[in-house]
Amino acid sequence: MGLFDFAEGREGYYGKFGGTFLPEILHATIEELKACFRECKNDPSFWREYVELMQSYSGRPTPVTYLPNLSAKLGGAQIYVKREDLNHTGSHKVNNVIGQGLLCKRLGKKRVIAETGAGQHGFATATMAAKFGFDCTIYMGAVDVARQRPNVFWMENLGAEVVAVTDGQQTLKDAINEAMRDWVTNMADTHYVLGTACGPHPFPEMVSWFQSIVGLEAREQILAQTGKLPNKVFACVGGGSNAMGLFQGFLDDDVELIGCEAGGHGPESHQHASRLAYTDASLGVAQGYKTYFLQNEEGNMNETHSIAAGLDYIGVNPIMAYLWEQGRVRFDAATDDEVRDALRLVMSTEGLIPALESTHGFAKALQEAAKMNKDEIVLINMSGRGDKDIFTVADALDDNKWKHFISQKAAQYAQEKNS
Amino acid sequence: MSLREYLATSRGDKPMQIMAHVVCGYPSFEDNMRELEIMAANGVDVVELQFPFSEPSADGPLFVRANELSLKAGTTVEQCFDFMAQVSGKFPFKVLMMGYYNTIFKMGEEKYIARLKEAGGVGFIVPDLPIEEAGELYSVADREGISPIVLMTPTTSDARMEVLGKAASGFVYVVARKGVTGSKTQMGDDVSALVKRVRQHTDVPVAVGFGISSREDIDFLKDIADIAIIGTAALKTWEEQGPEAFDALFASLTAR
Ligand SMILES: Cc1ncc(COP(=O)(O)O)c(C=O)c1O
Repeated sequence: MGLFDFAEGREGYYGKFGGTFLPEILHATIEELKACFRECKNDPSFWREYVELMQSYSGRPTPVTYLPNLSAKLGGAQIYVKREDLNHTGSHKVNNVIGQGLLCKRLGKKRVIAETGAGQHGFATATMAAKFGFDCTIYMGAVDVARQRPNVFWMENLGAEVVAVTDGQQTLKDAINEAMRDWVTNMADTHYVLGTACGPHPFPEMVSWFQSIVGLEAREQILAQTGKLPNKVFACVGGGSNAMGLFQGFLDDDVELIGCEAGGHGPESHQHASRLAYTDASLGVAQGYKTYFLQNEEGNMNETHSIAAGLDYIGVNPIMAYLWEQGRVRFDAATDDEVRDALRLVMSTEGLIPALESTHGFAKALQEAAKMNKDEIVLINMSGRGDKDIFTVADALDDNKWKHFISQKAAQYAQEKNS
Repeated sequence: MSLREYLATSRGDKPMQIMAHVVCGYPSFEDNMRELEIMAANGVDVVELQFPFSEPSADGPLFVRANELSLKAGTTVEQCFDFMAQVSGKFPFKVLMMGYYNTIFKMGEEKYIARLKEAGGVGFIVPDLPIEEAGELYSVADREGISPIVLMTPTTSDARMEVLGKAASGFVYVVARKGVTGSKTQMGDDVSALVKRVRQHTDVPVAVGFGISSREDIDFLKDIADIAIIGTAALKTWEEQGPEAFDALFASLTAR
């Protein structure tokens, strides 16, 4: 039975994970969304239109790139990378966003709202809204607004309204709560474009479906290039959408799948966002679904930490939690320090600049590749590009010349203001 | 006595029965106690004690902050139950637990209902637990004589009201408008029509909540519904104007 062939009365459940835990006021809206999504999923012309649009608008199919220098340097497995960074807006987020944009058109709604953490999803949503002519409001934690100004700049210039959320920890989870509050008020004309494969059913299934384009392409590409399947496939896991996307291409194959979470300051620190690789998290129900959450014993959520804002989240995709429990996906976590080292190595040997999120996948993949045989293959999802997030990457690498440049810039702006 | 029996006996000649709300531990348990004393003195019939949760996604800004600050001050689930036990022993009104499902899920449903009963609670309102997921909790509650309060909203279809009506116990909580708690609701034909529709699917008393803030609202509702729910308006008054204004608010809401 496939993951999405739900048993009677268990729609939206993957083992004990998933479900729909929403206020009564949203029941009708979710039913409408489920019906529309079913219709789209059963209509081959919808997927065709989606793929064509991803080709013409976002440059799909994204290539699979062989990394000869790094493979030779580590002396183990041959390393390949799926290049989601080459999408328009610089990450895999656009796959989901364009899919939901097409679906929103079918729903006949005129306005989209979204939450964003790092700003990638908000940026992609603002792009889509501009293209499709939707009104757009993006909810973003005030802490994230402060640390991701460049993405806020683009969202606003693309015509979106960016609302800084000052509740709670003022990060991604609080932005999700605020988007929900908007939705329970404005659902008649508004679609909520959830950014990852989390939240209430049908979002985990729907986002995974749009992201499956990554795995479908990658399987064909790696077979064409190497004549065989990879031995191990790595992807970073925040909410779990890029990983679900790539992994779906290999679920029925004899291929090991490894989800890489944010290890932050390490397993003992409690300053991380690792729900499955570390042992802090427990089963709970929040933000519309049941999964492993980083929470205390009374069910209130803990603070999380990651060098990568896009992985800094309390919960995890319920499908991924199920695949983990079944032993189909293994989980590991990369610490902030491991991520910094991996980023430097990948940049200097291959000239690739993965996003800090994606670098979590690289960090674990490179460690394991070094111990594998030369005739084995490792595939990594490069879910996004890092060059766009120059402020965060420069901070992560603690770059003194960059700091000097920014101080000069600040002084210049101050002078302009005073004169 | 079941919640429904209690409501029947406490009705008297009141224009409407009143359910009021406090967030446990906000501004403090001492403030909560003073608020409840004033509510009791004014003849409030039912009180919902909100157990604070870190992700109160069905609440508006004022309650979101109250949840957050209460947790920050260290409020625990045990403290909330202890407070409930004190309150239900001290006042004539009945007490309900209001909160989010994760609080119950983490505790375990059986244990939660047992603890609620022990603390003198007679029911619970859990806005993020839809009926499809509530089967086991409701049946444990039923066994123990605890009333799960069902919510009906402007977007609830007739077919669904029929399903919800069958599960209703104590009273039905009618959400007067879309949105979260906090902002004002324009009382008018929409609300009357909604309550009429609800009555076609259940014969338990009907409570109306979300945005009720004044005597005018009570005067509008008294001929169509049984219970008025006062949430944000009370906390706002307490914070901005203090105990005397709080007393005046409840006096005007409950005046014959
Ligand atoms: C580049 C990139 N990769 C990964 C993620 C994590 O999300 P997910 O686990 O849903 O792929 C994000 C989220 O913002 C991101 O921007």
